[in-house]
Amino acid sequence: MNHWLILPILIPATVAPLLALAVRNDIVLARIFSVGSTVLLAVIGMLQLGMAADGTTRTYALGNWPAPFGIVLVLDRLSAIMLVLTAVLGLLVLLYAINGCDRRGEHFHPLFQFQLMGLNGAFLTGDLFNLFVFFEVLLIASYGLMVHGGGAARIRAGIQYVVVNLVGSSIFLLSLGLIYGVTGTLNMADLAVKVPEVLPGDSALLYCGAALLLVVFGIKSALVPLQFWLPGTYANTSGPVAALFSIMTKVGAYAIIRVYTLAFGESAEDGAWFASGGLMAAAAATLAVGMIGVVAARSLSQQASFAALASMGTLMIAIAGFTPSTESAALYYLVHSTLAIAALFLLIDAVVIRRAGFGDALTTAPPFASLGLIGGLFFVTVIAVLGLPPLSGFVGKLLVLDATVGLSGWPLIWGLILVTTLLGLIGFASSGSRLFWKSGSLPGRLEPVSAVPLALPMVAVGSLLALLILLTGFSGPVTAYFDATAEQLFDSQQYVEAVLGESRGEQ
Amino acid sequence: MEWLVATAVAAMTSAGIYLTLSARTFTVVIGLTLLTYATNLFLFTTGRLTINQPDIISDPLAPHADPIPQALVLTAIVISFGVTALILAMAVRGYFESDGDHVDLLGPEETVARGRK
Repeated sequence: MNHWLILPILIPATVAPLLALAVRNDIVLARIFSVGSTVLLAVIGMLQLGMAADGTTRTYALGNWPAPFGIVLVLDRLSAIMLVLTAVLGLLVLLYAINGCDRRGEHFHPLFQFQLMGLNGAFLTGDLFNLFVFFEVLLIASYGLMVHGGGAARIRAGIQYVVVNLVGSSIFLLSLGLIYGVTGTLNMADLAVKVPEVLPGDSALLYCGAALLLVVFGIKSALVPLQFWLPGTYANTSGPVAALFSIMTKVGAYAIIRVYTLAFGESAEDGAWFASGGLMAAAAATLAVGMIGVVAARSLSQQASFAALASMGTLMIAIAGFTPSTESAALYYLVHSTLAIAALFLLIDAVVIRRAGFGDALTTAPPFASLGLIGGLFFVTVIAVLGLPPLSGFVGKLLVLDATVGLSGWPLIWGLILVTTLLGLIGFASSGSRLFWKSGSLPGRLEPVSAVPLALPMVAVGSLLALLILLTGFSGPVTAYFDATAEQLFDSQQYVEAVLGESRGEQ
Repeated sequence: MEWLVATAVAAMTSAGIYLTLSARTFTVVIGLTLLTYATNLFLFTTGRLTINQPDIISDPLAPHADPIPQALVLTAIVISFGVTALILAMAVRGYFESDGDHVDLLGPEETVARGRK
């Protein structure tokens, strides 16, 4: 048995209670432990990415109970990509946060580690109920992080965020109940075997459950019409937390890719790819609403929230294609948009703490400290977010456009993606010129809200942008890995055999 | 018995949804609690409704109750209990921030001024 697989869950699960109990009063030690744990996660993630590159699906039976009776962790290429992305994003966000954001409230670091634990668990598990449990772990940690620092606006958005997700959890349980009631299993591989065997009389119940599951993942990934929680949450929380949350919506995207290619894909016969049509419509609406929001936003963080929504729309358009080439494009866009949106939110936080009295309102105001540097970084980040050349957003959108050719209504998809990109460009050009260009020529000077160190935050943002440049420069090898990942995803037989053993897989 | 359980789930779900859509955090929390009760009862029934059957399987052919939904419900109860406690704590915090329990944290005067109940 390969004990490497449990480490991404075990390390944060050990460090978080330690941070909450043993070093709760020593912020320096807490930072050391927190950064150390995240570095370790990044290293392990890289090793696992290398391990998964050989194309075998590794499994880890918890408590050595054989699947489908026990819970299994499964590591394949897709899980490994998500683990590395989580750890790298977590590390850079943490580097930004240890400059003072973590002291605005209590228990930032334990919550951060629990969040990483929940994310890693969700990416590794091969059991639907276990996926629910890890969703709850990451959500409960995110409730705490979301209201970190306090304030009336944040509490108001926090209460609404918790209520939406609690309703989502109830729907998740209902859908699991329906699926278990019909198939008698919640193990994803076993489900892939059982779905084609379901009696015709029961299949309505099964697909009812599967559609409810899609609603739950739609809430997590903020698909229209389930997106209402996202702008309020992202715009009202602190910058580093919003940056970390850019991976939270991707958990929903990951779950959709995993469940609907494995259990409700080609092997499901009558119900094959039933999620595709509805998902495509919702994704297109999400993209449109997001970019219209970017034009209409009244503050920079609101604008970034809607940009995050729009990026989910583009990502879901690619996912909803459900062909190997669209899934590969989706993975590239997923990695790109997570890093780009995170950089955007970190930069906004850097602006907010420097503009006393104005915050992130889109109005001209006297210049603030290091306006030129932040303005320049903002320019580069927005180019990446919108998908203009030469950064990875352009490559990502090109891959998505190329992969959607041949899907039904693809000219419409092309038109939508291109027009919304123009809308986004108008929105960000107007806010950028107001905040940086016009403000730069005004007399006077704004004082920062508090003492602001420049070095580490800019290292964090710069590293995110450097990763985007690397993603552009090495897009050849990266897309080769993603192509192999998509191929592995569509070979569900191989996943089933890895989890359940050769004999069960052949049934 | 099916009729009894089904109507109980339906009644609690509809009451839960109605209360969750109200504008006061207190009733929203009650609504969420009802919704989780309904969910737990529903989950319990996915193992089929049986009476007086052992849930430890000694003979696979003998009649038995399905133990897995019971384990799932137990997990779901623990999680929903914890999260309900958390949202109650946040609602109390919201009460101190706004001096009222409106979900948009409007104070008593604002609520009257905007004509919202």
